[in-house]
Amino acid sequence: MSVLRNVGHWLEERFQWDDLVAPLREKTVPVHRLSYWYFLGGITLFLFVIQVLTGILLLLYYRPGANEAFESVQYIMTQVQFGWLIRSIHSWSANLMIFTAFAHMFSVLFLKAYRKPRELTWVSGVILLFLVMGFGFSGYLLPWNTLAFFATKVGTEITGQVPIVGKPMMIFLRGGEDVTGATLTRFFGFHVAVLPGLATVLILVHVLLVQRLGISIPPQLEMEWDANPSAKREMKFFPNFALRELMAWYIALGVLGALAAIFPWNLGVKADPFAPAPAGIKPEWYFLFMFQTLKLIPAKVWFIDGEVLGVLAFGLAGLLWVLLPFFEGDHPSRMKSWITGLAIFALTYMTGMSLYGHFAK
Amino acid sequence: MASGESLGNPNQQQPPSVLRRRFVEVLLGSGFVATAAAFVYPVLRYLVPPTTSDLGSDAVVAGRVGELKPNSGKIFRFGNRPGLLIREASGEYRAMSATCTHLSCTVQFREDLREVWCACHNGKYNLDGRNISGPPPRPLEAFDVQVRGEEIFVRRRRET
Amino acid sequence: MAILQSKTRRLAAAIILWLIGFAACASYGQTPDSCLDCHSALPEPLGVSQEKFSQDIHAQRGLTCASCHGGDSTSADPDQAMSRKAGWKGKIERKQIPQLCGSCHSNPAYIRQFNPSLRTDQLAEYDTSVHGKRLAHGDAKVAVCTDCHSVHDLRAPSDPRSTVNPVNVANACARCHADANYMKGHSIPTDQFAKYSTSVHHDALAVRGDLSAPTCSTCHGNHGAVPPGVDKVQNVCSTCHVFQSQMYEKSSHKAAFQAASLPGCVVCHSNHGIRHPTDAMLGAGPGAVCMRCHTPGDACDQARAGLFADLNRLDEAIKGADQVLAVAESSGMEVSEARLGQNQARDSLTKARVTIHSFRTDLVGEDVQAGLKIAAKSLQAGQKAMAERNYRRVGLGMALVAIGIMLVGLRLYIKKIES
Repeated sequence: MSVLRNVGHWLEERFQWDDLVAPLREKTVPVHRLSYWYFLGGITLFLFVIQVLTGILLLLYYRPGANEAFESVQYIMTQVQFGWLIRSIHSWSANLMIFTAFAHMFSVLFLKAYRKPRELTWVSGVILLFLVMGFGFSGYLLPWNTLAFFATKVGTEITGQVPIVGKPMMIFLRGGEDVTGATLTRFFGFHVAVLPGLATVLILVHVLLVQRLGISIPPQLEMEWDANPSAKREMKFFPNFALRELMAWYIALGVLGALAAIFPWNLGVKADPFAPAPAGIKPEWYFLFMFQTLKLIPAKVWFIDGEVLGVLAFGLAGLLWVLLPFFEGDHPSRMKSWITGLAIFALTYMTGMSLYGHFAK
Repeated sequence: MASGESLGNPNQQQPPSVLRRRFVEVLLGSGFVATAAAFVYPVLRYLVPPTTSDLGSDAVVAGRVGELKPNSGKIFRFGNRPGLLIREASGEYRAMSATCTHLSCTVQFREDLREVWCACHNGKYNLDGRNISGPPPRPLEAFDVQVRGEEIFVRRRRET
Repeated sequence: MAILQSKTRRLAAAIILWLIGFAACASYGQTPDSCLDCHSALPEPLGVSQEKFSQDIHAQRGLTCASCHGGDSTSADPDQAMSRKAGWKGKIERKQIPQLCGSCHSNPAYIRQFNPSLRTDQLAEYDTSVHGKRLAHGDAKVAVCTDCHSVHDLRAPSDPRSTVNPVNVANACARCHADANYMKGHSIPTDQFAKYSTSVHHDALAVRGDLSAPTCSTCHGNHGAVPPGVDKVQNVCSTCHVFQSQMYEKSSHKAAFQAASLPGCVVCHSNHGIRHPTDAMLGAGPGAVCMRCHTPGDACDQARAGLFADLNRLDEAIKGADQVLAVAESSGMEVSEARLGQNQARDSLTKARVTIHSFRTDLVGEDVQAGLKIAAKSLQAGQKAMAERNYRRVGLGMALVAIGIMLVGLRLYIKKIES
């Protein structure tokens, strides 16, 4: 412990960051029965760091390119020492991160932590959620197996449905008219350079905002504690909450290791663009609710093509989701229950549709 | 229970709080080292490149110079399918897919016929891989052969 | 007549009558093949529609009805068109058909003008066939050219709609040979087509579309159709099944079957209803063929039992290795190299099954041993994969223990600093 103290002192003399770091020492976290939800953001961050680390390791052996990608992943899984572990952790962590990102978003929604002055934290967070789904979509193609190839084909096809801008967008994503090796190269670029760059910037903004603005208290509790200050319970962020967060991170690490060892991520069969699509092709679980919705919309609604309507609806929903906090400004009480209702609806809808999509033929 | 009580008597047992603190420190220290090792060890092993090289599905080492006598052939693994490496009587090397285009039996090189032959239904191919007799409906996919040093590389032909 | 008194009126009438006459003659004279004009409107059996005849390869090459039936196809007058003087033959008698077709198709100089590589020996072959010989003796029920090739809508054999395209040949033969009523008076069975329809060859040809698979004409010949004969059947099978034939040739069974006038391959495999062979053919239960001739307990029976056991052993070894590999694969281990090895093991089993035709336990034993070696290697690879899987789980266990210690330590530390 004293070794750490000496090192800390040495660094302080050279960085002089004491007054920058000092506020962090005072930072507190409210303690109440729903405090456990506060861990989700940190877990998502931890999983992102795991992704970056395992991703960099995979980069040492992965080769993008239609005739090399699959074989290089196969090589990693079979020949490279512990390659199976790194790759499986990367795949599992990706899925877990998307799940915790959604859970984090919903917990913030239900705990109403998006209220003023935290609107920009919400905005950066929702954009990060979209980026994370983009990571998932682009990364999924990289092993170049049959499932990924056709899932990408279907997914980009749907993007092309958007009126006017859809087709150019699709060509931009695919690097051409069809899904080819050019798509793989492009997705690789998105996945390892573009998206990480954007995500890093937004994460810094997001975390900085959280540190500056402190942890939000649920409205009910806020009123209680305002009326009765002695009832307020909180703990220091450093070291109390941070240590608990660390425990959560270790648990996450254990879960990842167990998943990677007991349920290794499978390789599949190398993609053959000329083979017909396998029956019942579905996107990954985090896109299922949208996919299933599009399948259920009738071919024509009034005079608008059903799929176009679906895509536009989801686009609009996404945009409104980003701007959600700004709808709560003027009429607090009415809006609050309205948004809670919307949140419950969104959660049930997404869960229900995902399950439906999973079990439907 | 101030720690001062134990000062006068070195043989007396350490007070529980000191024991507990040390126990926790040991636990944390060893736990940290163990988890760090569990994390670092696989990563270090991973960073060391394996001995077998990854040439992708495009190229493979089919054999070594001197392995094949003139007018003989051998089966080698090319990706997930067998390939046939032939050394002609003139010493030239040729390579092609070894999966018969009729019913997917593995073909072989016949020294007496100087042709590629399928034992299943008497299908025959010439040394270019073209189907010349019997049931096979299509030629065998021909590969490029390159001899580099001691190793014979077989490469899939590039599509334009 | 008063109306024709005037000169102009007489001239006009003459011109009108002439015009009608001219039109009538002209319209008749315009079509080169006057036969179809009437016969396309007549009902069967005299009717041949224009549509049907346009599919006929002879019509497409410029031949007309008169080319075979004689007569004058330019005349519209039935008496003129179908006059004996013009060479009209009418309906060709069955007995005359081969000669008629042969009048062109056996003439190389003539056929060369249309297709230089077309054979011209069909009539000569036909005369050697059972059909040809019986026809010469007066049996008009046998097949003649038009029975197989059809007539008036005759297509080239390469056309998939042709009655003699490989996929359709068996149906053409069956029209007579599977009709018990028609074949009354002929002493051959009528179950060949039914049996063939259950065979692997039929499955390959008609179901999978593999044109290299045999149909009736492949083994019996087409124009010179004759059953191969008891002592020559092996030659027919060996054109494709070379290895089996070579083995059989050197085996003890060849001499034995020849001496007993038994038809070689057919004895065990049947001729028309050739099913996919199974190891059970070597057994002692249903489907066993050896025990039809051999006495239980004698030296041959013991050899048979040895062969059966060998094949079973290899089959079991391959299946066993497959199972272990499947479990390893479902646990997430990568075993594609071993799977490829299994293909080689299966090849060995196939080779052993071919070597059975030598009826020599030592040769079959060699192939089985080679296969067993490979299967053993695959099994080893599978077991190694399982060991690796267990090693991973042990490693995981240790890592989880380390994490557990860390968690306990953190918990206690937190408790301590908060007390």
